[in-house]
Amino acid sequence: MPSDIILQPATLLTLSLCGYVGGAVAGLLFARHAKLANLLSFSAAALSGVSGLFAALVFLASAAAPLRQIELVPPLNPFVQFTARLDALGAFFLAIVSLIGFGLSVYSLGYAKGFLGRKNIGVLGAFFNMLLLATTLVFLADNAFFFLITWEIMALTAYCLVSFEHERDETRKAGVLYFVMSHIGTGCLILGFLLLFQTSGSYGFDTFHSIGGQMSASRRNAAFLLFLVGFGTKAGIVPLHIWLPAAHPVAPSNVSALMSGVLIKTGIYGMTRTFFEFLGTPPNWWGVTVLTIGTISAVLGVLYALMEHDLKRLLAYHSIENIGIILMGLGAALMFLHTGHGLLASLALIAGLYHTINHAAFKALLFLGAGAVLHTTHTRNMEEMGGLAKRMPTTSFFFLIGAVAISALPPLNGFVSEWLTYQSLLQGFGTTESLIRLMFPLGGAMLALTSALAAACFVKAFGITFLAQPRSHHARQAHEAAPTMLIGQAILTAACVFLGLFPTVFLKLFDPLTEQLIGQQISSQLTVVNGLVLSGIAPNGGTVSTLGISLIALCLVPLPLVLWLLFARGSKTRIGATWDCGLKSLTPQMEYTATGFSKPIRMIFKTLFRPRREVQREYDFSPHFARTIRFEAHVEEIFETRIYRPMRIGILRLSRRIRALQAGSIQAYLIYIFVTLLLLLLFAL
Amino acid sequence: MSLPGILLQTLLLLLLAPLVSGCIKNWKAKLQNRRGPRVWQPYFDILKFLRKDMIISEHASRVFSFAPHVVFLTSLLAGLMVPMVTTQAPLSLFGGMLAVIGLLALGRFFLALGGLDPGSAFGGMGSSREMSLSAIAEPALVLAIFTVAITAGSTDLSRVVAATHGPTLKLLNPAHLMAFAALFIVLLAETGRIPVDNPATHLELTMIHEAMLLEYSGRHLAFMEWGASIKQLVLMTLLVNVFFPIGIATDSSLAALAVSLSAYVLKLLLLSAIIVLVETTNAKLRLFRVPDLLSAAFVLATLALLSTFLFQ
Repeated sequence: MPSDIILQPATLLTLSLCGYVGGAVAGLLFARHAKLANLLSFSAAALSGVSGLFAALVFLASAAAPLRQIELVPPLNPFVQFTARLDALGAFFLAIVSLIGFGLSVYSLGYAKGFLGRKNIGVLGAFFNMLLLATTLVFLADNAFFFLITWEIMALTAYCLVSFEHERDETRKAGVLYFVMSHIGTGCLILGFLLLFQTSGSYGFDTFHSIGGQMSASRRNAAFLLFLVGFGTKAGIVPLHIWLPAAHPVAPSNVSALMSGVLIKTGIYGMTRTFFEFLGTPPNWWGVTVLTIGTISAVLGVLYALMEHDLKRLLAYHSIENIGIILMGLGAALMFLHTGHGLLASLALIAGLYHTINHAAFKALLFLGAGAVLHTTHTRNMEEMGGLAKRMPTTSFFFLIGAVAISALPPLNGFVSEWLTYQSLLQGFGTTESLIRLMFPLGGAMLALTSALAAACFVKAFGITFLAQPRSHHARQAHEAAPTMLIGQAILTAACVFLGLFPTVFLKLFDPLTEQLIGQQISSQLTVVNGLVLSGIAPNGGTVSTLGISLIALCLVPLPLVLWLLFARGSKTRIGATWDCGLKSLTPQMEYTATGFSKPIRMIFKTLFRPRREVQREYDFSPHFARTIRFEAHVEEIFETRIYRPMRIGILRLSRRIRALQAGSIQAYLIYIFVTLLLLLLFAL
Repeated sequence: MSLPGILLQTLLLLLLAPLVSGCIKNWKAKLQNRRGPRVWQPYFDILKFLRKDMIISEHASRVFSFAPHVVFLTSLLAGLMVPMVTTQAPLSLFGGMLAVIGLLALGRFFLALGGLDPGSAFGGMGSSREMSLSAIAEPALVLAIFTVAITAGSTDLSRVVAATHGPTLKLLNPAHLMAFAALFIVLLAETGRIPVDNPATHLELTMIHEAMLLEYSGRHLAFMEWGASIKQLVLMTLLVNVFFPIGIATDSSLAALAVSLSAYVLKLLLLSAIIVLVETTNAKLRLFRVPDLLSAAFVLATLALLSTFLFQ
């Protein structure tokens, strides 16, 4: 039966991979015909996304046996094998990259036209396809060598895309920072895999399975730390995050969405793969470390996001926050694995991974919205926006949905995964007798702080950008985005709504995953009432149903209507001016600004931000009637000033010292070589 | 979950909420040697607002008209998840404490957007302060609730109430007392009561909640005010029924319901009296002193948590 073959995950996956390759080739081939290249490369990417998504869903839903050791290219030698595997964990992440890739590609069809005549769209399309291909292969690699190669291709294509608009100084700087940080991470990963190789004698992921049990404690811990730093750099955990708010905003918006939505999740994938599959039963401090890092990243990420008035930088900081929330789930899962609570560990792991796909959906959506705004207003500065809700109603509606979702408000998807995280933290209190258990409720409190601050931040992001009067000429001239851009956003909006309203359907797909990593299938324990209501693990975990809430809300909607019919039928509605205290009229300058909006937070957390402001007034007769005012406000980024700047200065100083060796005389170099040779010979003896 | 239960509790929420606001206003006036508005005044206000014409700002978008309905409906929905007269809340299956917090946060999100929409600086100021202060109040709220949930073993409010309602009175449990104190401070902040916000003032530089409503009129204002009073009732119910579930009905026999309803109203009036006392004997704090008060609530909640750990 041909239809059977087509519906096989392997066939769909091959189709998807070939599609990306085809898209990349088409982009390069037709680079001179911008419109054709645009159409071909991005529609290839969109189709590959659909087929990859189906591959993942079919695989997860059928709970098929993992496909292992599929040879993509003949091996170079016994160690370097280009083998792929499709297992539950990989399929889950494959679903994320394909879903987001699909939405982004449709959006890009319209968005890339903004570069017509300015930049080479074919190259953009080719790199975009290559990045999607490399990311997909990262999730499929079955061999450490192959994994690192795809990892590196992914990092390099991402670098090329970040630097796409390289004419600007800011972009080049951000690109280099990303490049350096990414390679520090890769260095750690290479060392980590080498540690595993020393015990297993092979680079195949199969031989790494639970290898931690055979390693000495110190090696295992070293491998854990190396993977934590290596994957953490990619994920953007505090304090390794500094590249993220620099690099994500300067890339074209479809690429920002891909980086924030999917690329940083490769770090989460790596951590899940290594911590849960390779390194064996974890000691307690691993989970404690991951949970602590997660909490700190979440709180600091959202606090710095609040200080931003650059729309895309704000979103980038929120990625750090959400990675923190994901890590809270993973950290709790590690702690439960240590105490042997498989059920709870599965719950916490699901919470973390559910948040992973949720964050991918709403963050990509928000970046697309920001891209549409940027496209028409030509600025990322929120202080120059405003009034866009009337000028781009559809985009603003999608952005609002994304904002509600990321603020973890019911009934959308952010709420569901944070609810699962709360449940696992709450039940974690009973897993141990030691004082460590206080970490769970305190972590819950910090999660509450995080989501409340996120809500504040998105009131600001949506309110200042889309509501009230336009603050600049560009904002006044703004117009709705192209249809394909809207469809791209609609796809991701639909994903947010579906993941929010039907979590119980989606949870079933986690069964093969938790079975693979922890050996438990718990989806049946997470639902009650014929699988309609989400439940914390029985006997008495709480229950929640976003669908039920929405249905009851729908039933209550007639209530205001009835009240209107009963009492207000005679009343009229007039359009009038906003109360202006008797002035002639309100101007956009009198509106609340993004900086003003976050002032209370800046003051409350002033020990962290160390805000500094500078006001210069020029006046003729009274300071109250200034001729010109110049206002400057800064917050200190303590990681930059306290850690990275001293480190950079130190490295530069050291390299200046070392430069003395490099005197330029060939005799001296010959002596170095000779001395090194002697030393090596002595060492070998 | 039963249809009559849902309908009855919806009616109770709609009808009782303005009364509680009215009582607080009236008693406050009495304590300050004023005559004050009648206890029923909030009902007349709402009816009047519903009949009045509306003026909508020319700068406002659709969010402005959407917000009052969201505020009103989320308060009602949250109310349906809190046990009022019987231990079993009508919608307890659809969500517990976390859903209540989430729904109230959703209402607040749209309230703040509605404040920003007309483009007036007052609204922006109100939104900014409301979101900032509620963000600081949130950890104390969740931690206090976690403390109760840990003792009860669930975030399901009906289970929590059933657990505290048990044969042994847990009133004097230090963990509960401290969690109650923390939640009381959060209640003052969330409902805009005096040390945090002054519900009676329209002085631009001090107001928070009122500043966001400045541009609302007619039935939108009615829904905003009604929604706010329902939210207040929900939070007060949470306090009285979770910590002092005396008299609450465990079944739906008519006698038990009658006893439970009168006990519930009495408890509410008592809590209102305490709020009145706090409001009359305190001055409003400067905005940047409020975080100190809220961190005190957080510390109290942490101590409550620590004492569950010590006294278990």
